[in-house]
Amino acid sequence: MKRALVFAIPLALFVVLALFLLRGLGLNPREVPSPLIGKAAPQFQLKQLADPATAFSEKDMAGKVWLLNVWASWCVACREEHPLLVEVARKNLVPIVGLNYKDEPADAKAWLKQFGDPYKLSVTDRDGRVGIDFGVYGVPETFLIDKAGVIRYKQIGPITPEAWEKKILPMVRELEKS
Amino acid sequence: MRAALAAFLFAALCGTAFAQQSAPPADTAKEALPTPKDPVAAKRAVALGAELRCLVCQNQSIEESNAELAVDLRRQIREQIAQGRSDREIIDYMVARYGDFVLYRPPFKASTALLWVGPFLLLLVGVIVLRRVLAGRRRNAEERPLTEAERREAERLLAGTGKTE
Repeated sequence: MKRALVFAIPLALFVVLALFLLRGLGLNPREVPSPLIGKAAPQFQLKQLADPATAFSEKDMAGKVWLLNVWASWCVACREEHPLLVEVARKNLVPIVGLNYKDEPADAKAWLKQFGDPYKLSVTDRDGRVGIDFGVYGVPETFLIDKAGVIRYKQIGPITPEAWEKKILPMVRELEKS
Repeated sequence: MRAALAAFLFAALCGTAFAQQSAPPADTAKEALPTPKDPVAAKRAVALGAELRCLVCQNQSIEESNAELAVDLRRQIREQIAQGRSDREIIDYMVARYGDFVLYRPPFKASTALLWVGPFLLLLVGVIVLRRVLAGRRRNAEERPLTEAERREAERLLAGTGKTE
């Protein structure tokens, strides 16, 4: 009995440790859960990229389910997700507003010309202050905002086809029903 | 010179390690920070920055990191100090945007209980195991009189060695 315990205890400790470490392997330390999920999107008013004379505020999207996609021309990973956004826009699945983060407007416009413009409109956040309000810490990031203006989901990093099919699109459909 | 080189290499590493998510190019980060003239305010800004984790270079504080976001957040801290906000208010501002993750000393909650209590729990387990092992050793070391059977066995062995010599 005692002899069995001598083997069982270290084995049990090892198994517990191994399970913790195994779980750690699957976690991405870069994905910091946002405290903004379930809360109203921060208020902002920014100039539109295409038309700097016109301002845009999150209130302009009230009553709609929409995506706020944080992007920049200097952002390499944005190119990775861009075809997916273009496809979403082509199929008219959900309106996407671009938050052009810490970018030169001229560079941003050239970038959209080169890769296609999936955005209903883009707004320019040159000093990144609105980005800070949204808790942006890397680009791209995408927020799913519901009809009441509440953030429901945040995608950190590029939207993968898997994340789009399994998480974002089902949530968009669900939120549009309500 | 070596320190500068090391800092540069570290910043470069920091930038390349997270190629998945991009950081803005360095040339847009040249704006100088508004350094508070008041030495007390400057000290407060540094102390606050050291309490907050940078989300880009996760093992550096906002005060240490050269990541673009850390520069922006340092500026936020200095501006808010200049506006007369308290340390508590500035910390709350950061937590509202980035979550408890930005705090090097997260608050005690259900989700962080294991983090705070875990080391003490392990220490307790260690002490209990140590005491049991020591008690076991002491028990073995205690002298006790031989049983009748053991005495006879000992005598037989002693007698036996006597004969073979």
